[in-house]
Amino acid sequence: MIRATSQEQAVAPRSGDERKWTRQHLLDVDDLSGDEIGLLMETADSMKEVLGRDVPRVPTLRGRTVVTLFYEASTRTRASFELAGKALGADVINVAAGGSSVEKGESLIDTVRTLQAVGADVLVMRHGSSGAPHLVARHVRSSVINAGDGWHAHPTQALLDLYTMRAHLGDVRGRRVVIVGDIAHSRVARSNIWLLSNAGAEVTVCGPATLLPAGLRSGDPPVEEPQALPRVNVETDLDAAVEGADVLMALRLQKERMTGGLLPSLREYATLYQLNESRVARAASGALVMHPGPINEGVEISPAVASSLQSVIDEQVTNGVAVRMAALLLMCGVKTG
Amino acid sequence: MNDITVRGGRVLDPANGIDAVADVIVRDGVIAEVGKAAKAPGDVIDASGLVVCPGFVDVHAHLREPGFEHKETVETGTRAAARGGFTTVCAMPNTEPPTDSAGAVEFVLRTAAAKGVVRVLPIGCVTKGRAGHDLAELAELSAAGAVAFSDDGAPVADAALMRRALEYAGMLQTPVIDHAEEPALAAGGVMHEGWVSTRLGLRGVPAAAEESFVARDIALAQATGSRVHLAHVSTAGSVELVRAAKARGAPVTAEVTPHHLALTHEAVLTGPTEGGALAYDTNAKVNPPLRTPEDVAACVAGLLDGTIDCIATDHAPHATQDKLCEFDAAAMGISGLETALALSLTAIPLEAAVERLTAAPAATLGLERHVPGIGSLSKGAPGDVAIIDPEGEWTVEPETFASLGKNTPLTGRTLKGRVVATVYAGKVVHDAR
Repeated sequence: MIRATSQEQAVAPRSGDERKWTRQHLLDVDDLSGDEIGLLMETADSMKEVLGRDVPRVPTLRGRTVVTLFYEASTRTRASFELAGKALGADVINVAAGGSSVEKGESLIDTVRTLQAVGADVLVMRHGSSGAPHLVARHVRSSVINAGDGWHAHPTQALLDLYTMRAHLGDVRGRRVVIVGDIAHSRVARSNIWLLSNAGAEVTVCGPATLLPAGLRSGDPPVEEPQALPRVNVETDLDAAVEGADVLMALRLQKERMTGGLLPSLREYATLYQLNESRVARAASGALVMHPGPINEGVEISPAVASSLQSVIDEQVTNGVAVRMAALLLMCGVKTG
Repeated sequence: MNDITVRGGRVLDPANGIDAVADVIVRDGVIAEVGKAAKAPGDVIDASGLVVCPGFVDVHAHLREPGFEHKETVETGTRAAARGGFTTVCAMPNTEPPTDSAGAVEFVLRTAAAKGVVRVLPIGCVTKGRAGHDLAELAELSAAGAVAFSDDGAPVADAALMRRALEYAGMLQTPVIDHAEEPALAAGGVMHEGWVSTRLGLRGVPAAAEESFVARDIALAQATGSRVHLAHVSTAGSVELVRAAKARGAPVTAEVTPHHLALTHEAVLTGPTEGGALAYDTNAKVNPPLRTPEDVAACVAGLLDGTIDCIATDHAPHATQDKLCEFDAAAMGISGLETALALSLTAIPLEAAVERLTAAPAATLGLERHVPGIGSLSKGAPGDVAIIDPEGEWTVEPETFASLGKNTPLTGRTLKGRVVATVYAGKVVHDAR
């Protein structure tokens, strides 16, 4: 990694690098090439260096406008994009669907066209409906970064997770990653399945059968289908799943899963699927404990494990800012080589 | 009224077992003769090299009037029908207000007489307000002209009420058409539950939602002896249930849509053009959802072996804004009248398609009782004729649709099977010669 000395150089990866970021939108992680991921990770390294300075700011995106448009509640993702934009000198405008014309019945497309008209260079968008950012991307010239759509994808979360894993494990190829919890309704799980599988990790998803998506459970599609989620190990017994794992990632259990017969009780869920000390002990020594947040302590993860030395949960949050700075920088078409 | 002679085409009249080159003469709005005309009276339509068959009969279409005239009207819907070769359209009652009273049936008939370009046969509601609680006045609906009863768009969820509806409708010799879908299993679902829904993170509707209600409806049909007609069957399991029921002699009939014969759930993923970003194509959002290739194959096989009786379009036109939105928020339905023939021909042979679009649907709903000779070229039958070019290629351009509903997942697709002209009651109502 290049340690830049001047601010302007701070964003330049090694000279002579022919890789270029040509993607207008960041909607998914499944089709990111190894080169693109490498570029993102290296740019994030530089950003982390910026964030470590006394004054963690560079003026690279001065004059650019980043709009965060959040149709769902979010603390860390929105704050992290806002910090990322500001650290790069961009103007950041936060639009929450609650306080806008969305409440007056304005359509999604009208809303984003308005935001484009006021000069949004990058639209960072979270929406409860899967595919909403894809719709938006077809109707605006601004770059769209998907900050989470329904159950579908959360690209920057998966990228920061991979970034954090690499920082500790180096290459994740051949590493065993267990994702435990509500896989069916999780965009974090889906994006991690894609990104980690494409990076060569061996992914196991674990949870009660009611929280595993239909396709993964039943071996559907029956034949290898490039458009389908990559094949992963599916396990309903967490004690078996964690055996020898290098990374243990717990997902947040949404309280609303208690309705509709998906789970009998939080108590039973915690008994069967909580990452606790005895389960962490079954994993490889020094296995990383991760969680995308926000945490329900005592439900999907025990307080002791969440705050243990093996936990990199806080680091995930810090890395999230660096990765999102990298994404904003690349999306804004800043010359990188 | 002018006579029309459709000259020299290959006449396919499945009701009469005719497949021969002949002339069809329509006089005073009815079929006068099929044979070799010594001299061609009236206006001549040269059909040499083309196929001439009875006008198609659609037992399942949504004309949206009254209440949703921004999506479709009786006028635009029947124009779309004519462009698709249809001369009879059975109008589903999920309008606003719903067709749950004699007055509402009369409104549809009166509007059709004033503005329709082909025949409209109304379907009445099973329950008052389509609310699923109390039986509509079925005898009055029937007397006013309803040819069947259905709460389509929703099932009759209450099994006890469905049983009573069947008993009562049986007394009127009128079939009940059920939209077989277990509401709790389907709740919130926006596409077929399978690997595509898993990939896209969309809530799925499992095949079991349809199959469990198909099984229920079959049991109730057998128990009451009254006929159930299953709307838009879409899964291999449903086809198997109907096949077994028919083998037992249960009074059950079934239809399948052209889109369930030809498209799979992957249409949601890829959209009209392959590759690129995920499509989340709202034009492929339909209820029941597009299913797997295995389901499609089972529907085709079922249609060919007689398990499924006929093709019905489930023409469900929507306004642009109903589809240009988030996938979860988008309306369900495909504008299907104008692509029905061509899409069906991608799945089954011409002869079968013509039969499943003419004689079969007419027999399935017992429409002969209301319109003698319908779906045939019998002497004295209505002068309804479709003239088609089965080899004619055309590209689907929704902006050219007569329907107000431009919602089709087929945009840009080149299909084979063109409707050259449509004659309804002795009048040319569509002419693309």
